[in-house]
Order: sequence, then structure tokens, then C-alpha cells
Amino acid sequence: MSEEKKFRWVGTRPIRPDGIDKVTGRANYGADFALPDMLWGKVLRSPHAHARIQSIDLERAKALAGVHAVMTAEDLPDLFAEAAKSNGGHDGFNDLAHNVMARGRVLYHGHAIAAVAATSSAIASQALELIDVEYEPLPHVLDIASAIASDATLVHEDRVTQGVEGAGLSNVANRVQLGHGDPAEGFDLADEVIEREFTTRPVHQGYIEPHACLAQTTPDGRVTLWSSSQGHFMVRDYTAKLLDIDLSLVKVIPAEIGGGFGGKTTVYLEPLAVVLSRKSGRSVKMVMSREEVFRASGPTLGTRIKLKLGATSEGVFTAGEATLHYEGGAFGGSSVMAGCMTIFAPYAFPHVRSTGYDVMVNKPKGAAYRAPGAPMAAFALETVIDEMAERLEVDPVDLRLRNAAKEGTLASFGPRYRRVGCVETLEALRDHPHYSAPLGPHQGRGVAVGFWFNAGLQSSAGVNLNPDGTVTVLSGNPDIGGSRASLALMTAEEFGIEYERVEVVIADTQSIGYTDVTGGSRVTFATGMAVIEAAADVRRQLCERAAVVWEVDAERVVWEDGEARLKGESDQAPLTLAELAQNAGRTGGPISGRAALTARGVGMGFGAHICDVEVDPETGRVEVIRYTAVQDAGRAIHPSYVEGQMQGGAVQGIGWALNEEYVFDSDGKLENPGFLDYRIPVASDVPMIDTVIVEVPNPKHPYGVRGVGEVPIVAPIPAVVNAVYAATGVRFRDLPLSPPKVLAGLDGESAA
Amino acid sequence: MARVVLPQALAPRAGGLLEHEVEGRNVRALLAALDARFPGLGAELEGRVAVAIDGEIYNDPLLEAVEPDSEVHFLPRVGGG
Repeated sequence: MSEEKKFRWVGTRPIRPDGIDKVTGRANYGADFALPDMLWGKVLRSPHAHARIQSIDLERAKALAGVHAVMTAEDLPDLFAEAAKSNGGHDGFNDLAHNVMARGRVLYHGHAIAAVAATSSAIASQALELIDVEYEPLPHVLDIASAIASDATLVHEDRVTQGVEGAGLSNVANRVQLGHGDPAEGFDLADEVIEREFTTRPVHQGYIEPHACLAQTTPDGRVTLWSSSQGHFMVRDYTAKLLDIDLSLVKVIPAEIGGGFGGKTTVYLEPLAVVLSRKSGRSVKMVMSREEVFRASGPTLGTRIKLKLGATSEGVFTAGEATLHYEGGAFGGSSVMAGCMTIFAPYAFPHVRSTGYDVMVNKPKGAAYRAPGAPMAAFALETVIDEMAERLEVDPVDLRLRNAAKEGTLASFGPRYRRVGCVETLEALRDHPHYSAPLGPHQGRGVAVGFWFNAGLQSSAGVNLNPDGTVTVLSGNPDIGGSRASLALMTAEEFGIEYERVEVVIADTQSIGYTDVTGGSRVTFATGMAVIEAAADVRRQLCERAAVVWEVDAERVVWEDGEARLKGESDQAPLTLAELAQNAGRTGGPISGRAALTARGVGMGFGAHICDVEVDPETGRVEVIRYTAVQDAGRAIHPSYVEGQMQGGAVQGIGWALNEEYVFDSDGKLENPGFLDYRIPVASDVPMIDTVIVEVPNPKHPYGVRGVGEVPIVAPIPAVVNAVYAATGVRFRDLPLSPPKVLAGLDGESAA
Repeated sequence: MARVVLPQALAPRAGGLLEHEVEGRNVRALLAALDARFPGLGAELEGRVAVAIDGEIYNDPLLEAVEPDSEVHFLPRVGGG
């Protein structure tokens, strides 16, 4: 990719094509779809954190007028038990199957055990009350310390720890270890060593739209699903797999999505809606209540991290070592591996090791949350670095710059970095006026760095040229962060036509090739790459058509500035895209291009944040008064949506740092299953989040794009916590920094 | 020969060593060579891990080219949110 490449559309800020529909309420989200014969499906959920299901009597519910179908796990095929058995109890689809509907035992409060479909929502709710379930309550485990104790109650009676030779039954689903060198040797070389322990609580992704779907089935086995998710191919594949249906028989039509942040990369309702539809012969709609979203869908769960950092008196890191325990919920599968991979990633370490434990507890099955596993890890490392900077009496940004990862640095997770923008991002932060602005009483400033890999994965794209010269682009990714706009910008750039002449359609699973989820910060990068390739396919055809018109070899035709031109000296007037499109029928037929690829050349992402807080010494309330997020985007296709990602990630991280936590009672029942008691920041809680986009182009992408969606949530927690330290002199290591906790810290009751 | 670095958890399956010199012009050939040296290791790695060849990560590798002086790290797959 040429650094000097000049763009006409890339880097501009047109209005997003889906914007008007979304702000006027015309856009259709998951719960907005309806069919004439539609029933309402609802789920009965466990009142116990852990219990054996002794019996389920459905007869009274079935007898209720208006009830058309009732189901339990008995109505789902039990397909994966053998695979799990041969793998120490672990199998991803077995877990998913048991999560959508409990089989034998309930493993958390809110676990689905039965579902009904009735002519109205009210009748469905009434029917749930008529389902008679006998439980044998079992002891439960709710936290890491209890779960890993030698005499712990087992969440599963058949699971051994993966990654440990000869391991026995345990609540540790998996043990992982990464690193290089010998940390002990590195700590011997250090002049200063700091070791600290950190804890975080379960938090929700905070998407506003609850999980929702509508299922229609036919007697010959076809399934149509309207569903809100981060990937309709994921919904198709998971639903088909759980129900043992051919993929070709399942069509998933994507709804608009009201936020996901990783939480909508799995299924909960869809397999149940399909079974209820099959049993009733009617279409079935299911919508989770907010309470169900909190009790039964996947948050990111609690963590405990012990971290040790060594540095010379000159501020060079000699060693890092961390032990990470992450709760994975009732089935394991936490993000601890990513925590281990990211925890030391922004810096060069000659000796580094991270060891992770994926711990099962009687809480909902965890799900991905934006840069899964990384924010908690950054909380640990970046606050210890802040402490190290203070001890060494060096500026915290300078200390980071002395150790920052650059091209050739051996990353803590294995390979050597290619071209990355960690240094440039930190320099932009250091040079920003915010970093040297004066502070008032009770105010403090913190900084932190965040890292995320970004993903490539599989994408398909179609580009259809219409007879009037407009272009329709087909994408298989639900548009969450403005991807219609970014894909349209890249298409306009490729053809040299107006942005408004491009329409991007999110196509269903039968209308576009396979495409992985909208997640992993991948859509603008990977699906963008597919769109660029598909457009190149169309451009090649346009040149061929011009050659037909001019009766010359296609090699003599070149595409420039939105038109076909004959190379060299020529009197031939160029042919525009519109002219070629209009005549397509006479020069060979409709013109369309396609591309399907596994995107290679992912550019890793770094961000650095500055946070100013003011702490009320009377109440312990922390107010964020100024915030600046800096990030290497490689190349910002639509800068407003890059900034939007940075601002959104920052606010989510601020909420995680200051407010948000799942509060379970001793019986494992969530006490705050709603946005009133689970407080996420709203616009009035935070200042305008200032943004600085750094562009260190990814050499492996045609435009230099790096993923940007996840990096922004990694740095905020330590940036906020370091700022609170600067304001109060108290280092907090247990999230969230709620007013009572801060007040206790100020009173010297529980500092650290 | 390429320098291959295994995940720490798999070192016990490979003579206790993390690093190995392995001949092979692509990932599949490396896996076959590793499997020949440590029976079962190739199968353990294939389809389950990502690979970084000279710093570039491939989540689902098969025929990616490996140069004689390449540094190849097998590492866990990471998706995202």
C-alpha cells in the first residue's frame, strides 16, 4: 500500500445510509417482525443456582386454552454427549445445547428448563406458572476462591482440567500458559519489583435491544428465522447444529441490531422458537425481557489477577509474571486465554509469563464482551506500571514509551510484531494539550494503554451494477458500527463514483456467501477487503465491456476516475460507469462481481487514554471531568465512526471502572437484573470524549485499515483507576470504584 | 529449516522443548514433520490453533508458505467481541 495514495472518499464523513431509519424508528429490530399466524414463546427459568431436575409436569400448561406447544430438553436432540465424554467432559456444542435448555440439572439461577408457545404473551406467561417442576437443590459455587478450593462443590460431575496432564475432576475447565524467557531471572535483574492482586466483578455488555427472534417452519423441514444478532450465519449454523438440520434448509434474515458488543455472538432463543414452531405448526416469536437478558444471557464474569512487574532503575522492564483466574460461568469458556495473551502485549519483556485458569461457577454462561478478557488484564498491568513510574520517579508516559512494543519486538503472546502504532499512539497522547493541562483540588489524571489483536476471518461480498449506473453492494455482516457507510465509501473509492450512488444491503443467509460474525473488529477490515475485491472484479468486467464497444483488446483499456479510458493516444471518448451499465445487455449481459475470502494481514491495534477525575471527599463519588482517547486506526475509512467506537468503548470502560457490577445474593440470584439497579453511564454522566486518530497504515490492507472496535474498551479501567489514585492517594484494586468503596478507601479502611 | 515455537502446554508432548527446527514449505508440511517426530502432535495442532509466520497471524492455517528462515509460532485462536 502506498502511503501517498490520495483518496476521494476514504476519510470523509458522509451521513450513514441507515441513519434516518434508525433515528425515526422505521428500522426493524429483532422484536419488530410479525406474521399473521404468530404465537408468543416464553421460557421457564430455574429458581435455583444449582439443582437436579427430578420431574417436569407439563400437563396443566398444555391444557390451558391458547397454549399450542410446550417443550423441554427432551424435545432437543442430545447430539454431543459422546463428544464431550471423550474430551474430559468438554464440548462447545454440548455446552451450548445444555445452556439453551437445561438437561438433568440446572446450573445457574435463570437457566432455561421449559418453554411454551401460546396465542398471546399473557397466556404464555400464565402457562409457565402451570408447569410443575420438582427440584433437588444442590450446593453451589459462586466465586473463584470457592470454586478452586480442594473440597469445592463441582459445577459438573464429569469435567477434568484441560491443559494439565493427569488432571482430575475440577471446576477449572482449562489451564493455559504463555510467555518466553525465565521470569525469575528477569526479576533478579530488576531494581524494583511490584506485585499486586486485582479483582473485577461480572459486567453486562449493556446492549439496549434484548435478544429476540421469530421462527417459521414448514412441514417439509424448512426453517426461516428473523433474528437480531452479530451474525446471521452464526445463528443459522448454531441453530442447525443443535437441531441437526441441513444448513441449506435454514434461512436467517438479519434484523437491525440494537447493540451486541460480543453478547450476541451466540444463540439462546432461536433453537427453542424453531422447536415450538415445529410442534405448533405456527410461527413463534420470542423476546427476552430485560430481566431475562441479565439473568440468562452471557455477561463477562468476575476475575482475579495477580501480577508482578520488575524494572531497572532506568525504567526498563526486566520481567512480568501474572496468574489470571477468570470465571467462565456454568460451562467455562471464559476469556482467560485472551487475558493471558494481552496482559503484557503493549511492551517489550525479555522474560514474561502468564498463566490462566478458566473457572466454572454457578452463574450464567459467559459471553464475549468487546476485546474479551483484555480490559481486566490491562487494569492489572497498567495500574502496576503507574505505581512503578511513581516509584522510579519517571513520567508514566515516558516509562511506557521506554518499553513500548514496536516492529520486531517479541510479543508476550509469541510472535514478533510487524508494523504497529504503539509508540506513535503514546507520543500523540504525550503531545496532546490534555496531558499537560492544569488540575484543580481533588482532581487527578491517569493514563493507560490498551491492546487488541483484531480479527480477519471469513467474509463474502457481492457488487451488482444497476442499469442506471448505481451500485448495490451485498454484505453478510449486520451493521452495528456504521459498516454500510464504510463499505459504501470503499466502493465509491474503487469505482470513482459518488458515495450516494452506492447502496449497501445486509443480505440473508441464502443471498450472500458465508460471512463470519460482526465481531473481532473485523468488518471494515475483512468484509471491506472482500468488497474491494468484488469491486475490482466489476472494474475488470467494465474494461472488457469498453473493449467490446471500442473493438480493441481489453488490455488496452484502463479504469480511471470513474470511467474506462483507452491507453495511450486516442480520440475515443471515455466511457463512464453509467454508460457501460446502461449498455450491459448489449455487451455481454448484467455486470456483477463477487469475492469470498479469509482475510489475511490483520493489523494489531493500540490505544492510549487520558482520564481526569474529580473525587468528592464527602461522598466518595468519582466524576470523570475530562477524557481523551488516542488510537491507531491504520486508516480511518469514516473517521466519525472510528471516533464513535473510541467514545463508546471509553464510556463502557468508565462504567466498568466506576459503576457496573452484577450483585448476586448468597443463593446465586442476581439482585440487580435491570438498568435501574445495574447502572451504565448515560450521556449526562460523562464529559465529551475527545478523540485523536493516529494513522499508522496496516501494510497488508489495500487502504491500510486496522480494526478499531475493541481497542477502546481496554485502556479506560486503568486510566480511571490511576486518575483516582492521583486525586486521592489511594490505590484501588477491586472494581467497581463505587462511592462506598472509594469513601472507605479515603478513610483508610480498605485501601488496596 | 524454520524455527517453530509451540504453545507451552504442548511442550511435554514434544520432548519437553518449546522450540524446534522443522523442515516444511507450508504449515501443513510443518505439521506433518512435527507429527512424524512426535506422533500425535500434528493432529493436536491441526485445526485447533492459530499460527504466526514471521509475525503475521493466521487463524485457520493450512497452506500458508513458510520460508527456510521463518519463525513460526503456534498460538491460541482469538476471535473477539
